Amino acid sequence: MSWFEKLMPSRIRTDGANKRGVPEGLWSKCPGCSAILYRAEMERNLDVCPKCNHHNRIGARRRLDTFLDPDPREEIAGLLEPVDPLKFKDSKKYRDRLSQAQKLTGEKDALVVMRGQLKGLDLVAAAFEFSFLGGSMGSVVGERFVRGAAIALQQRIPMVCFSASGGARMQESLFSLLQMAKTSAALGKMAQQGVPFVSVLTDPTMGGVSASFAMLGDVNIAEPNALVGFAGPRVIEQTVREKLPEGFQRSEFLLEHGVVDLILDRRDLRDRVAALLSVLTHQPRP
Amino acid sequence: MDLNFLEFERPIAELEAKIEELRLVGDDAEINIQDEITRLQNKSRSLTESIFSSLTPWQISQLARHPQRPYTLDYMQRIFTDFQELHGDRAFADDHAIVGGVARLDDRPVMVIGHQKGRDTKDKLFRNFGMPRPEGYRKALRLMRMAERFRLPILTFIDTPGAYPGVDAEQRGQSEAIARNLMVMSGLATPIVCTVIGEGGSGGALAIGVGDRLLMLQYSTYSVISPEGCASILWKSAEKAPLAAEAMGITSQRLRDLGLVDEIVAEPLGGAHRDFDATASSLKHMLLGALQQLEADQPEQLLQARYQRLLSYGQFSGD
Repeated sequence: MSWFEKLMPSRIRTDGANKRGVPEGLWSKCPGCSAILYRAEMERNLDVCPKCNHHNRIGARRRLDTFLDPDPREEIAGLLEPVDPLKFKDSKKYRDRLSQAQKLTGEKDALVVMRGQLKGLDLVAAAFEFSFLGGSMGSVVGERFVRGAAIALQQRIPMVCFSASGGARMQESLFSLLQMAKTSAALGKMAQQGVPFVSVLTDPTMGGVSASFAMLGDVNIAEPNALVGFAGPRVIEQTVREKLPEGFQRSEFLLEHGVVDLILDRRDLRDRVAALLSVLTHQPRP
Repeated sequence: MDLNFLEFERPIAELEAKIEELRLVGDDAEINIQDEITRLQNKSRSLTESIFSSLTPWQISQLARHPQRPYTLDYMQRIFTDFQELHGDRAFADDHAIVGGVARLDDRPVMVIGHQKGRDTKDKLFRNFGMPRPEGYRKALRLMRMAERFRLPILTFIDTPGAYPGVDAEQRGQSEAIARNLMVMSGLATPIVCTVIGEGGSGGALAIGVGDRLLMLQYSTYSVISPEGCASILWKSAEKAPLAAEAMGITSQRLRDLGLVDEIVAEPLGGAHRDFDATASSLKHMLLGALQQLEADQPEQLLQARYQRLLSYGQFSGD
C-alpha cells in the first residue's frame, strides 16, 4: 500500500476486485463509428448503431428470433451433428475445434433452420452462426439447408436464408465443396416448382456459400455495407497487386453491378420480406 | 525428350541423363554399349516404378500441375473427332480459360467443355493460367443448355487452380456465375460425365463438375482449397502445404475410398505427360463406358438419380 492510500479514509478506499463500477457488457463500442452505446438500446435497435447505422453481426438464434413471429416455431434437423470423416488435424484436431465452437456458441453446427411464420405467412427460415468456425459450410450445414428446402417444397412455402459465412469448411475438404452442389440442386428443384427462395446476404458472405445458394435467391437482398464476394479481398490484392477500390465487394458495390436486387436496413426486413413473399405466393398483403 | 523432372524424380532424371550420354558416345565409339544402355533403361524403369508406387499427396499434386501434363485440348484432339470449338458467352466476352464445343466420340455426337491452361508464358497469359472469369462459366452454361436442347451428352474436363480472383471477375458476379452453373447442371436432362484431368481447384472446378459420373485421372487432385491456401490459413504458413495436402485427402485414391469419385483412370508409368496417347486412350475407354451406362436411362430416371446422388453428399450423425 502506498503512502497515499494509507492516508485515504477507508470508506473511499477500493480494492482491485471491486474497482469496476460498471458490470461487463452494459456498454459496447460500435465497430463502425466507435461510439459508446448502451447495450439495451442496441438490442432494441436489432444491433444497428443508432448513430452511424452500422449493422453489427448477430448470431443465428437472435436473427431468427427477431425475424420470425414468436410462434409457431419448430427447428428443423437440429439434432444433426458434425463428424470428422477425414480425421483432420492441423495445429489442432478438427474434433477439438468442433467441441470448442459448440461450447462457445451453444450450437451443434453453423446453420440453424426453422419452420415458422413471418407476419402470419408460413415459411422456412435459416440463419448462419458466424461465430461457429466462421460460419463455414460442412456436411451438417448442407444437410440442414436441404432438409429445410425439402419442407418448403413439400408444403409449398417460401424459404429465406440469412448468410454469414467465410465459405466452405476446409476440415471437411471435398465433402464441404460438394455441399455447394447439393444445396444448389435443392434450390433448382424449388425454382422448377415455383417455390420462392429469398437470400439475405449479411456481413460477411464469401467463398463457397456465396458461390452457391446465397447467390441463387429469386430475390437477393443485402444488409447495408456487408462484405460479399467469391474471393477474399486479401487474396485478390495479392493476385492483382494493386490497392482495391473503396467499397469493393460491399453491398452498394453489388447493387451497382447488378448482383443483388436491393439493400435493406435490418429494421425493415420483416415488413419488406413479408410484402415480397406475399406477392410471390399470391397472398393478401400481411 | 525433356520430361521436366520434378524434385522427387531426381534419381530418375540422373539415370536418364546418363543413358542419353551413353547414347551420344555410342554413336561414334566402336565398342558396343547397347547392353549397358538396356541395363540402365531397365534400372530407370524399376526405379520409376518404385518411386511412383508410394507417392505422397503433395507429390501427386505436383504431378497434377506438371507443366508438361496434357490439357483439355490435348485430349480433344486425341479422343474426339470433328471437334468444333464454339466461343463466347453471348453477353460479355470469350473466356480463353474455358474451351468448349461440339464433337464426336466415335460416332456419337457430344458436347465437350473443359478448363484450358497454357503451355508457354504467352499461352499461359492467354489462358489466364486456367482460371476462368464469370464469362467463362457463362459460356459453359450456354453450351450445356444447347447440349440439352439437342440431346447431346456433356463431357467436362476439369483442370484449374480455381476461379480467377480478380476485381473484374467480382464485378461481373463470379459467385453468381458459379452458383448458377451448379443449379442448372443439377437439372439438365442429358447425361453429364465429369473428369478431373489435373487440378480440381475448388468452386472454380465444381462449376463444370456437377453430373452423373465423376472420374479422376490417377494423378489428378480435387479439393476445396489449394494445399498452399489451406496451409497458410490453418498452419499460418504456405510452406506446410505438404501437410495440408495429406490432411485434406485430395488424391483420386483417397476420394474414391471416401465414395466421392466413381472411377479412376489409370495413367502410364511416370504420369500422363510421359504418354499423351496412352492416357487419352484409357480416358476414352472410360468415357465410352460411362456414357453407355447413362444412355440406357430415360431422362426422368437420369435426373432422379442425379438428384439423389447430389443430396447424398455429406457425412454427419444424430439423424
